[in-house]
Amino acid sequence: MVDVPLGSAGVVAAPDVEDVELYHPHSWVTKYVFSQDAKVIAIQYSFVALSVGLIALVLSWLMRLQLGFPGVFSFIDANAYYQFITMHGMMMVVYVLTALFLGGFGNYLIPLMVGARDMVFPYVNMLSFWVYFLAVLILVASFFIPGGPTGAGWTLYPPQAITTGTPGGQDWGIILMLMSLMVFIIGFTMGGLNYVVTVLQARARGMTLMRMPLTVWGIFTASFMALLAFPALFVGAVMMLFDRVLGTSFFMPAMVEMGQPLDRNGGSPLLFQHLFWFFGHPEVYIVALPAFGIVSDLISTHARRNIFGYRMMVWALLAIGALSFIVWAHHMYVSGMNPYFGFFFATTTLIIAVPTAIKVYNWILTLWRGDIHLNVPMLFALAFIVTFVNGGLTGLFLGNVVVDVPLSDTMFVVAHFHMVMGVAPILVIFGAIYHWYPKVTGRMLNDALGKLHFWVTFLGAYAIFFPMHYLGLMGIPRRYHDIADMAFVPPSAHTLNAFITIVALIVGAAQLAFVFNLFWSLRHGRNSGGNPWRATTLEWQTPETPPPHGNWGNDLPVVYRWAYDYSVPGADQDFLPQNQPGPSRAAPGAGHG
Amino acid sequence: MAEQAVTDTTHTYPEASDLRSIAADFSSDRQAFRNVSWGKAMMWIFLLSDTFVFSCFLISYMTARMSTTVPWPNASEVFALTIGGVTLPLILIAIMTFVLISSSGTMAMAVNFAYRRDRRKTAILMLATALLGATFVGMQAFEWSKLIHEGVRPWSNPWGAAQFGSSFFMITGFHGTHVSFGVLFLLIVARKVWRGDYEHQRRGFFTSRRGDYEAVEIMGLYWHFVDLVWVFIFAFFYLW
Repeated sequence: MVDVPLGSAGVVAAPDVEDVELYHPHSWVTKYVFSQDAKVIAIQYSFVALSVGLIALVLSWLMRLQLGFPGVFSFIDANAYYQFITMHGMMMVVYVLTALFLGGFGNYLIPLMVGARDMVFPYVNMLSFWVYFLAVLILVASFFIPGGPTGAGWTLYPPQAITTGTPGGQDWGIILMLMSLMVFIIGFTMGGLNYVVTVLQARARGMTLMRMPLTVWGIFTASFMALLAFPALFVGAVMMLFDRVLGTSFFMPAMVEMGQPLDRNGGSPLLFQHLFWFFGHPEVYIVALPAFGIVSDLISTHARRNIFGYRMMVWALLAIGALSFIVWAHHMYVSGMNPYFGFFFATTTLIIAVPTAIKVYNWILTLWRGDIHLNVPMLFALAFIVTFVNGGLTGLFLGNVVVDVPLSDTMFVVAHFHMVMGVAPILVIFGAIYHWYPKVTGRMLNDALGKLHFWVTFLGAYAIFFPMHYLGLMGIPRRYHDIADMAFVPPSAHTLNAFITIVALIVGAAQLAFVFNLFWSLRHGRNSGGNPWRATTLEWQTPETPPPHGNWGNDLPVVYRWAYDYSVPGADQDFLPQNQPGPSRAAPGAGHG
Repeated sequence: MAEQAVTDTTHTYPEASDLRSIAADFSSDRQAFRNVSWGKAMMWIFLLSDTFVFSCFLISYMTARMSTTVPWPNASEVFALTIGGVTLPLILIAIMTFVLISSSGTMAMAVNFAYRRDRRKTAILMLATALLGATFVGMQAFEWSKLIHEGVRPWSNPWGAAQFGSSFFMITGFHGTHVSFGVLFLLIVARKVWRGDYEHQRRGFFTSRRGDYEAVEIMGLYWHFVDLVWVFIFAFFYLW
């Protein structure tokens, strides 16, 4: 940590950059619809992303109904099932998690946490949301076209993604999906540039990089990674669109379809897999790193203890971000690529466990002898740690080639990635919403409903995904519409599937309690005041709550300390806000990484 | 652990212009890149992202070229022009490359004059850049139409691997789009310079924000990038 005593000339230097000129909205439309205020954009992003999340949740219900009670629901035929899988996966990964963490939390928290008035380019930021919204509209439109949405699986592997027999393959489904992805990437790029440049170049006086809260570090690293990873998906989408629309053969080998040789040859289906996973693996961490950052802040705040090993936490984030670009082919062990690749990619994959383990140890050591407040955000944060460890351990299975090969394409894989990048980040999202809702609205979310929501979601998620590991070890394949006729499947597997489906319906319905809580507390929630959690970071120190346009009133904050001065011995309260001048921490050995 | 040493975060190490000054910049408050404006930082990071786009295109093209089962057409013959009875390989591409690289020269001069606040020369040089860029796009259109007349399509061509036409139209098309957008924005910025928007602090039509002469330099960054990308396309597609 960079400790600077009060009045040190270095940190509180006279501003060498003038305060920015803010854009002031003139009408209701420019204030709330085409708003250039990052906070409004954040709420727009979050609202759209959560709505898409509800659609994707319903899709998962439909899939589970088919798996749990095959044949009972006649409208879920094989085509519909594959369409549900595809849309559920793509929506959740790209349009919900990425948009919510970066577009939602990024927009709200970055300017407030680094002490800026707004993002650096508010106009571009506004465009980013509306382009994202357009991408969502294109995606949802595919439900209403002849042939329906694409059923290619969320990874959209060619050649089957664009051939006859795959739902949407020769209709509009795949075209709309690819176009929507391209539009999303363009929209994200506009937002991502804003997030990165705001963190790098628009911080408050005294806010050094190594004083930033880990939330900002996480979102910043993830945004930067997304700017480098999405290009690969963009290129893959362009090429597949050409394959589908223009009849090129980038990804199409010579093949026979319905007994007829296709007029294609010489393309490489593996090329798409490489492009897709060069995006797809960093994408896992684009979702995970903001979650890591947010959970660090939640734990530190609600355990009233400084984060353990702050520097190592930052370096671990950066190391994970860098390493995640050289592990992509561990998704392709059974694809037929050169087996030597497997050796390389298994090695790099397992190396990622090191920085990740550093983070988990540091979270636990932060909790160690902390004054733990078991309120709703903290419950979600703790649940994240166990869930993430759980999902991470199965990652060790799947990262090793020899163990992965028999487990590939079984329910074990489904269990693994839902634990690690489905449930875990969503727990953080819930925790973060309970944590920051008071800042956004000035009111607390209802605590009893929150605890109900937490316990049903947390225990339910385990009841859903834990048994899937067993199904996977039994050899139950994933992405199968109906496994009833397979001789090796014991009756207990069907019972287990029915059990999972029932729990999934309950957990999904429990989310309505959360949605209700969001709207109910808007008017009836307890008044929160400006800093209900007695947190140190800048966003809790705004002169008004919710923060107005421009965030800080007349004077920008000046930062005197890191973000984790909790329970400082000798201080008159158990937290010291970042913008509070005063003696530097006196505790020897407190939290230096 | 003992009390940490006090670190002056804005100390600049005047005598050490190496890694230590980079470290000093990154450990300072407010800005990681000292005295780099938001717009310039944003353009650099955008170009880094765009580099990944073009890299993916070029690597995909190389993969397609390696994995296809039929021979790849000979670029020297395909891109030859017969002028006055003499067949010159790659002559059009050579001229196009010359035009585009020259436009980088005029762009660099425009940036120079922009910082001297010489409105007229800046605008003229930017217009010259735009003209050279438009020439480039025009010659590319000529090349496309010539190849299309000879039977090259995205899905097939008379000489060999179908991926030749696919990659050609995709990569040069994507680059040409970049150049075209560059020309458009060159014209917009040139008009603003000519009209004196940056001196009179006139607000932008869409963004309602004031501009600065730095817009010329940011425009230049983009333009040089598009040039540089062309060099790689030239090397990997036409010369290989």
